[in-house]
Amino acid sequence: MLHVQIRKQLRSNDAQPFVLDVAASFAPGFTVLFGPSGAGKSKLLDSIAGLQRPDSGNIRLGEKLLFDAAENLSLPPQRRELAYVFQSLALFPHLSVEQNIRYGLATLADSEQTERTRSIATAFRIQNLLSRRPAELSGGEKQRVALARALVTRPRVLLLDEPLTGLDAALRRSILEDLRAWNEANRIPILYVTHNREEVDAIGERVVTLVNGRVQETGAPRAVLDAPRSIELAHAAGFENVLPAVVVEHRPADGVMRVSLDHAACEIEIPLGEAAPGSEVRVAIRAGDILVATEPPHFLSARNILPGTIETLETRGTMVALRVKAGTAFLVHVTPGAVRALDLSPGLLVWLVIKTHSCHVVR
Amino acid sequence: MNAEALLLSLRLAATVSVLLLVLSLPLAYGLAFSTWRGKFLVESVVALPLVLPPTVLGFYALVAMGPRGPLGKIWQSFFGHPLAFTFAGLVLASMLYTLPFAVQPLVASFESLDRRLLDASAVLGADRARTFLRIILPLAWPGVLTALVLSFAHTLGEFGVVLMVGGNLPGITRTVSIDIYDRVQALDYAAAHQTALVLLVVSFVVLSIVYGVNRRVWSPWPAK
Repeated sequence: MLHVQIRKQLRSNDAQPFVLDVAASFAPGFTVLFGPSGAGKSKLLDSIAGLQRPDSGNIRLGEKLLFDAAENLSLPPQRRELAYVFQSLALFPHLSVEQNIRYGLATLADSEQTERTRSIATAFRIQNLLSRRPAELSGGEKQRVALARALVTRPRVLLLDEPLTGLDAALRRSILEDLRAWNEANRIPILYVTHNREEVDAIGERVVTLVNGRVQETGAPRAVLDAPRSIELAHAAGFENVLPAVVVEHRPADGVMRVSLDHAACEIEIPLGEAAPGSEVRVAIRAGDILVATEPPHFLSARNILPGTIETLETRGTMVALRVKAGTAFLVHVTPGAVRALDLSPGLLVWLVIKTHSCHVVR
Repeated sequence: MNAEALLLSLRLAATVSVLLLVLSLPLAYGLAFSTWRGKFLVESVVALPLVLPPTVLGFYALVAMGPRGPLGKIWQSFFGHPLAFTFAGLVLASMLYTLPFAVQPLVASFESLDRRLLDASAVLGADRARTFLRIILPLAWPGVLTALVLSFAHTLGEFGVVLMVGGNLPGITRTVSIDIYDRVQALDYAAAHQTALVLLVVSFVVLSIVYGVNRRVWSPWPAK
């Protein structure tokens, strides 16, 4: 178990100083650190690793104190018994894969080094790459080498800072499987920084969300990320529509409340919440959670059906982003197939269908 | 051509560049990685020889090395002979004068290293010495080579400081540039020309090596 309770004031260019202020415990297994960029995720990992010194607080790994401001104790990174995979991976470019992996084993006997290197290379399926230099590796191979180099030292904590960015989904899954298998055999706290929603779902034991240097929520990925409670988190969690709204009335019998969006541009029903009538809130809706119909739909359970006009249509890889003016502007994601089948084009009159439970109130 | 002067110059340049590298590595390490706020003062002192006239530098070096100067006194008590107008004195003064040419390429190459590599080394348990020998030095080798080569070339070509501190003693302090000056004074243009040409070619070769290395034309590591 890793206990962190630190505070660090960081210089920033803005008038507002940025303060990292985190109190959290990390049990063995995966914990995803999720949050918008600039939330302080990497700073937190650097502090745990001893590459940055917090102003106050303490960091404890089981019974071992890694850092304690009150006692003026700060173990150097070399003595913290943890492993850290940076976003840039930081493989040593002038050393072979094997030399990279053995780098952290310098204190061990030669035979032990060789044996550990072989076994970790097999576990991460890089045994055929040992004599190569990092520049001769593909992106996925580099990531595997970086993980192997970190884990071969048998750390007591593993820090991963977006280690799988830039890989395609299949490769990510395959590496995550190997990492998960390793974790089954060696239960240590693994802190996994990402802002990729897919990775969160794939790893998904626990999520800690960090916004503006502070822990905002802790819990299961679905609970935390499917109903984000702050705007920053809503954006980071992939809620493309975050709209200002005013609560119009509560309807406890229906389990909903009516809100008017964007200065009374239109009204929708959202799940009944704490916000009192008349209070201002924000409503977050995923662009992919909105349906588009070209005729007025009937006999639907969805409570919100808004007529509107397509303003723009923009293809982004395997999906098409529509801007629809339905009172206020909504961003809607559909597939290219749907665009063809419904013959969607700018200027077309459409109906947006939004389930009540796809609408989330955020602070 | 005066072979004795040329050999002396080469010996001086080699001695100075090797000693200076040993001195500059820790100095450059400090300048590149220390977070000390007064660092700029050290940087200014190191860069001073770039803007000072060699005669000014040579003058102070001569005063310090003279029999009544602080350096001269210490030297005299250790070795029993004065420091000024000797090869050793010449080496000391040249090191001072050439310091920025050794330190600045090293600082630049240290600073251009990816800090995360040093972080990775530390997290993997390597102490500073190991990080320096296994990561910093091999990756900063173009800077090391540049420092060596520039020190060598700069010492080979210096004139003012040598004249002030070393004088013009054949075989001891008469270097090529002094020799060329002498020949011109004696209106022996042919001999001056021969020696000058050698210096010109050497300087060109040396600079080609520096620029080639820094363009990674001869890099031993594959491109990133």
